[in-house]
Amino acid sequence: MKYGLQFRDVFAAWEFLLDGLLLTLALSVATMVFGFFLGLACACASTYGGSKFKQGVAVYIETIRNTPLLVQIFLLYFGLPSLGVRLEGFDAALIALVINLGAYSTEIIRAGLQAIPKSQIEAGQSLGLTPWQIFRYIIVFPAIKAMYPALSSQFILLMLATSVVSQISVQDLFHVGSIIQSRTFRDFEVYTVIGGIYLALAFMMRGVFAVIYRQVFAR
Amino acid sequence: MIREFGTGDIVYLVFAARWTLALTALAFTGGACVGLILAVLRISSLAPLRIMASLYIQIVQGTPLLVWLFLFYFGLSIAGLPVNAWTAAAFAYSIYGGAFLGEIWRGALIAVAPTQWEAGASLGLTYLQQMRYIIMPQAVRIATPPTIGFMVQLIKNTSLAATIGFVELTREGQLTSASTYKPFAVYITVACIYFLICFPLTQWSRRLEDRFNVAR
Repeated sequence: MKYGLQFRDVFAAWEFLLDGLLLTLALSVATMVFGFFLGLACACASTYGGSKFKQGVAVYIETIRNTPLLVQIFLLYFGLPSLGVRLEGFDAALIALVINLGAYSTEIIRAGLQAIPKSQIEAGQSLGLTPWQIFRYIIVFPAIKAMYPALSSQFILLMLATSVVSQISVQDLFHVGSIIQSRTFRDFEVYTVIGGIYLALAFMMRGVFAVIYRQVFAR
Repeated sequence: MIREFGTGDIVYLVFAARWTLALTALAFTGGACVGLILAVLRISSLAPLRIMASLYIQIVQGTPLLVWLFLFYFGLSIAGLPVNAWTAAAFAYSIYGGAFLGEIWRGALIAVAPTQWEAGASLGLTYLQQMRYIIMPQAVRIATPPTIGFMVQLIKNTSLAATIGFVELTREGQLTSASTYKPFAVYITVACIYFLICFPLTQWSRRLEDRFNVAR
């Protein structure tokens, strides 16, 4: 028997897909903002904070980078209630993703910080800049600029990885896809459409990151 | 019935890790075949081949692995093949791994100076001989640390096969957690096992990279 692909049932659920898309976007953007600042803080603590901080950050990075995101999410969502901490699905997902992205961002931003020559900082001091000005204009800004390509591709990978939160029933794009699949039994079609939407999202993000780069750094 | 989470369960989880390793081996082998072809196509002198390979990489790197797993899991029956978590995972991870390995290996191939190719050509070597005796030995050295790094990614990402019912470490964790009702202890154990597998590889990759940077 020949199988005919039918997309009508999938597209009929477009409002539902849109809800999922918006949740995926919200989760991704929130994770990027919090994860970036967590990464920046940890990278600074590790680079300028002495050996205690350096070790602490190293333990954090290695723990996160050597265990799967899915297990980290399960631990927060299923594991924490037995310690008396009960989190909503979205909150558990957001916290797990921020901790995860924070570790990868730390590693990237730290490499950027270490690439700033000491003479640059001394030059800033001799110009009479305040420590905050030196930190902002001479250390952080060029470090992020140098690491921008690595950071933005990490962010896009993160957006794709948010699909994993469907496994704790957060109604993101992927989870909406599985619900439509169980209603319509158009499994192959559903996942083709879902994959297409993620792809479009990834290309769109790349475009947005290029615009941000031009606005912020290329002057 | 709820049992206690005991030593027996830990041993059981450790044994489940062998399916994680088996799946990683399968994924790496499949991914390496696809990746090698892609890397060579990406540096080909024919533009259509380069564009095709680049399109493939863009598409796969722009979609979640979960989507590939589910597409193959459900798509196999449409293609008339029996639905089986092993087959679906083998296809999905080969497609996915190929895209990333292809990009890593392309980077290694173009990192070898173009004069090396020219030197080979001036010695009268054919394209294949240049590749085999001059470019590959140098490219392999460059590619080893990031390839091991990707292997760690692959090990972690095999956990996603749990979602299509493939019983590996994470799925075994879910099952143990359901029968003992000790999710925290179970997932901490699972995380520790992943860590014990991945951490040595991460360190090895870093050491090789440092050594390579010193040698350069």
